[in-house]
Amino acid sequence: MKHHNRILGTSSLILTLLAAGVATAGPTMDKIKARGAIVCGVSQGIAGFSIPDSTGKWSGMDVDLCRGLAAVVFDDPNKVQFSPLSAKDRFTALQSSAVDLLSRNTTWTMQREASLGMNFAVVNFYDGNSFMTKKALNVKNAKDLGGASICVTAGTTMELNVADFFRANQMKFEPVVFVTADETAKAYETGRCDVLIADASANYSRRAQLQKPDDHIVLPELISKEPLGPAVRQGDDQWLNIVKWTHYAMINAEELGVTKANVVEMRSSANPEIRRLLGIEGNLGEGLGLSKDWADRIIRHVGNYGEVYDRNVGQGSPIKIERTTNALWTKGGLQYAPPVR
Amino acid sequence: MTPDAPARRDETHRTALVNDPKVRRIALQALLIILLSFAAYSAVKNVATNLANQRISSGFGFLSQTAGFGISQALIPWSETMTYARAYMVGLVNTMLVSAVAILLSTIFGFAVGIARLAPNFIISQLARWYVELVRNLPLLFQILFWYLAILAAMPPPRSALNILGSVFLSQRGLTLPQPVIQPGAAILGVAALAVLAAAVMIVRWSRLRRERTGFGMPRRVSLGLSALAIASLVAVFLLAGAPLQLDAPQQGRFNLSGGVTMMPEFAAFAIALTFYSAANIGEIVRAGIQGVGKGQTEAGRSLGLRAGSILRLITIPQAMRIIIPMLTSMYLNIVKNSSLGVSIGYPDLVSVGGTILNNTGQAIEVIAMWMATYLTISIATSLFMNWYNARIALVSR
Ligand SMILES: N[C@@H](CCC(=O)N[C@@H](CS)C(=O)NCC(=O)O)C(=O)O
Repeated sequence: MKHHNRILGTSSLILTLLAAGVATAGPTMDKIKARGAIVCGVSQGIAGFSIPDSTGKWSGMDVDLCRGLAAVVFDDPNKVQFSPLSAKDRFTALQSSAVDLLSRNTTWTMQREASLGMNFAVVNFYDGNSFMTKKALNVKNAKDLGGASICVTAGTTMELNVADFFRANQMKFEPVVFVTADETAKAYETGRCDVLIADASANYSRRAQLQKPDDHIVLPELISKEPLGPAVRQGDDQWLNIVKWTHYAMINAEELGVTKANVVEMRSSANPEIRRLLGIEGNLGEGLGLSKDWADRIIRHVGNYGEVYDRNVGQGSPIKIERTTNALWTKGGLQYAPPVR
Repeated sequence: MTPDAPARRDETHRTALVNDPKVRRIALQALLIILLSFAAYSAVKNVATNLANQRISSGFGFLSQTAGFGISQALIPWSETMTYARAYMVGLVNTMLVSAVAILLSTIFGFAVGIARLAPNFIISQLARWYVELVRNLPLLFQILFWYLAILAAMPPPRSALNILGSVFLSQRGLTLPQPVIQPGAAILGVAALAVLAAAVMIVRWSRLRRERTGFGMPRRVSLGLSALAIASLVAVFLLAGAPLQLDAPQQGRFNLSGGVTMMPEFAAFAIALTFYSAANIGEIVRAGIQGVGKGQTEAGRSLGLRAGSILRLITIPQAMRIIIPMLTSMYLNIVKNSSLGVSIGYPDLVSVGGTILNNTGQAIEVIAMWMATYLTISIATSLFMNWYNARIALVSR
């Protein structure tokens, strides 16, 4: 089925490309408004980032970004259609306009912007590739992994990073490559591989789902930089800016202490930064083609970055990933947003 | 009337140029070609402009860039620092390997099944029948996953690998055998082996001619003696050349076995699944072929006093082949096409490696075009070979 998806995706890409004079710098916003919903490309299921529950309701950090966008555009966080994509199919889906944006734990790399016709808007999660292995193998350090068999998901940065890592350390390994993350994890679980490589966040989320999480350990080393963030097609700057500022609004709200619970009170705050963010003073949203209260809507419906982090991957979730690099810049982390002014 | 005739003939001739069905047909074909080329030209042009507008790279330049990813099974030398073109070749060789193995094994097994289905022995024929019914009616993808999980579940983890004869290991990582490593001086051994082989061929041919002429074969004592001589001389050359072939025996490493050659479980599971699935279909083809040969042929054979085995081998099968080969050809083509399902269990075939290339470069159209061209070439080559073989068989038949 996944294979058919790719064929479908590619065929629709080819059909789009065959048409003469496709509007490339297309007003994505017009299409979204006409459709009445945002189509958001997500993963096929990584707890904490994008995963459907038994009723089909999606949740996660990447999902909340799309809900924030729907709040901005429609004042309704539920006007999103989620389109689950395998790592291999995701770029074709974006290129062929099957989705309005990818919000799918996708790493921002130069190659992807240079040749895939896409732009990354922001980094909503700083991550790195890491190894998960069985405790019984008694591995303390990634440098002990010489000769190991490693399960990898196709079409990801891991496929390249793992080769780089072993080459740089002059060690051998056996890559076993699967198309979906679930197949990869299953092969690791049945014992086909000694090691599973993934984004550290995905490894923690996967470990929590294994039969006996305590038998497995995620090695502390990060072997690569994986800045994950939402991406859009090149050529529509308005839409790119809206995605950027949706994330920045969440960061600024956390920095200013505006939360889902107190946003209504905060409208009468005397702090000029808060007043500008919530659209009480000035009318910055309109410049982007949005309403005055655009940021208020995000916080009201979805919450600020800290809240989103906490309930999806932080202490309020089963995964419990420390904020560290994803803490606000004021707390020693890297999450920083340009000012709303 | 008559004086007018030449003029009228001229007249008809002139109208004919416009109305002449032949001229019209050619003109129509030419028009069609022009239209088609124009459509193809504008399609390619549109794709190129649209790709450029969307800032998606295009062209085949990526093939000479460094690939940078690992591939678990490579029959030709491979490292991450080699190019995408090379990676594609590695995938292609893997596809051809599993197809070839499946074609060979499923042909042998399929013939056995087809013959067994027609066997007079009730149990044998029923067994063959149930095998065919079961395997033919389950989706191939399902069977591939079944064999893969079965192999992984049945095998011990690599640290407690089953050790056979000291240097063969069986585990979840596959079947690891000692690998012959060529040392300097191996060329002499190769030359010696060729010489012995040539001598053997000549002696066998000479003794066959002699038997045809005189009716006496080579005495058993002599042939045994000659074989021993051949082996002894090879051993002597091997030792004199300083044992130029050494075995690299697998060793238990921290995770896996190191050294030796390993047959991956992905390859084993995939080859088994393809073989069993195709053999069931080939069994049916063989059965149909045998049943297509007139009963009279068997009866004639029997009346000549031939035994059942000889009738099958000398009379039925050769004639059945003419029915079997064309159907077998399309089955072989199916095997080649089905070999693209290996990606579902992580076998690094053309689809798996090509998919990685596609994703890393983003050049979907180019990679898909390469896939289509490659599968088309393999398929056409296979059917050309089978057609040639079919023609040869048809000539031999009387
Ligand atoms: N961040 C990496 C990896 C992204 C990725 O696809 N990761 C896998 C496993 S770590 C995944 O999330 N799979 C989930 C899925 O396929 O739905 C990239 O952009 O290439």
